[in-house]
Amino acid sequence: MQILGLYNYWIFIVLMMCGFYVVISRGNLVKKLVGLNIFQTSVFILYISMGKITGGTAPILIAGKDVVYSNPVPHVLILTAIVVGIATTSLGLALVVRIHEAYGTIEEDEIHAQSEEESL
Amino acid sequence: MVTAVAAVRLRDLFAVVMLFGIYSLVSASLFVVMDAVDVAFTEASVGAGVATVFMLGTLSLTTHREKTPIARKPLLSLLVVIITGAALMYGTYDIPHYGDANDPIHHHVAPHYLEDSMEEIGIPNVVSSVLASYRGYDTLGETTVVFTAAIGVLILIGGARRRSKRDDERS
Amino acid sequence: MKHYSVPRLMTKLLLPLILLFALYVQFHGDFGPGGGFQAGVIFAAGFILHALIYGLDQTQRLLPPWVLRIGVSLGVLIYASVGVAGMLLGGAYLDYGVLDSHDPMHGQHLGILLVELGVGITVASVMVTIFYSFAGRGR
Repeated sequence: MQILGLYNYWIFIVLMMCGFYVVISRGNLVKKLVGLNIFQTSVFILYISMGKITGGTAPILIAGKDVVYSNPVPHVLILTAIVVGIATTSLGLALVVRIHEAYGTIEEDEIHAQSEEESL
Repeated sequence: MVTAVAAVRLRDLFAVVMLFGIYSLVSASLFVVMDAVDVAFTEASVGAGVATVFMLGTLSLTTHREKTPIARKPLLSLLVVIITGAALMYGTYDIPHYGDANDPIHHHVAPHYLEDSMEEIGIPNVVSSVLASYRGYDTLGETTVVFTAAIGVLILIGGARRRSKRDDERS
Repeated sequence: MKHYSVPRLMTKLLLPLILLFALYVQFHGDFGPGGGFQAGVIFAAGFILHALIYGLDQTQRLLPPWVLRIGVSLGVLIYASVGVAGMLLGGAYLDYGVLDSHDPMHGQHLGILLVELGVGITVASVMVTIFYSFAGRGR
């Protein structure tokens, strides 16, 4: 029981490490962005799972009843984070499009190779 | 989780993006299980809907095939990932358990929001009242971030396509 | 997509429902799940669907880019000016209680409604703007 109570954090860690692995090991820029998004969603899961109370219900108040509500504060934070996340992702994708126009590729290695050729 | 792992493995970027959409949808249902209906709603519409469309748009402008990495060391990055993950797991032993009502997080401002929101704000959805009223500054800043992102995208790719400098030099 | 009549017809059927649902989410956010962010994204998704099926030109005729540019800034302006209005009426910035002189609760209602409206307008316009940029780039 001591260990089983922590499973939500482990799910979060595995997902986060998936995203982390993509970001550091793949050279493709779109794939890096997908990895960043997986990373981001894992953090969302961490926050939301912290706010959950066993036997609780969604924080929409019901009049005249004694109910346990889950913690609304992480929900608000994550709501904001999701929308900021899509905004930054779209900005990153726009940058990828520009990089593709300038270099003709979205592979990190090839971009580095081209920049070095230019500087020589 | 399965979709995330598959998204990591595949090289066809179309499949990766579609799997990412499925992953978002699955995590949205996970949010419903954890009582965060507002968040699930947002994640389903943003992650599975709009983000996927934007990524597909990018793929249509660039390329959908990921090339085999030239000089990458997958073992090294795998090692880094495993060490980081193990360190994080070690850290979880001090964190309160899932669903525990006695967590410190549930005893700071959350009870105030839950108990007084009906008298002070008068709307049943506490997430809305916290979002728009108690934490109005956060949301204002966040709206500004979205606004700025739109300006950034417009500057980057908003105008008509011009011939880039490199093409001019080559021709 | 010109020759696929089933998607075209289904879009025609679904589009009003999507937009109506977005408005419902926008103004019912106080009572059920929902709010400005979700409504904005759903609203934008409706127009993105229209653009995917009928082509970008048709959608841009329906919702020209200049309207969106105004919408993007209008939303932030509504949000900020609600805060300033609270200040002018003697409260703190973004304190909605003073918006209604009789009942602070009504003021809070009004403030949240306006603020969510601002958020919704901004998010919807931003999403459609970004989609236009990506789609318009390909031509």
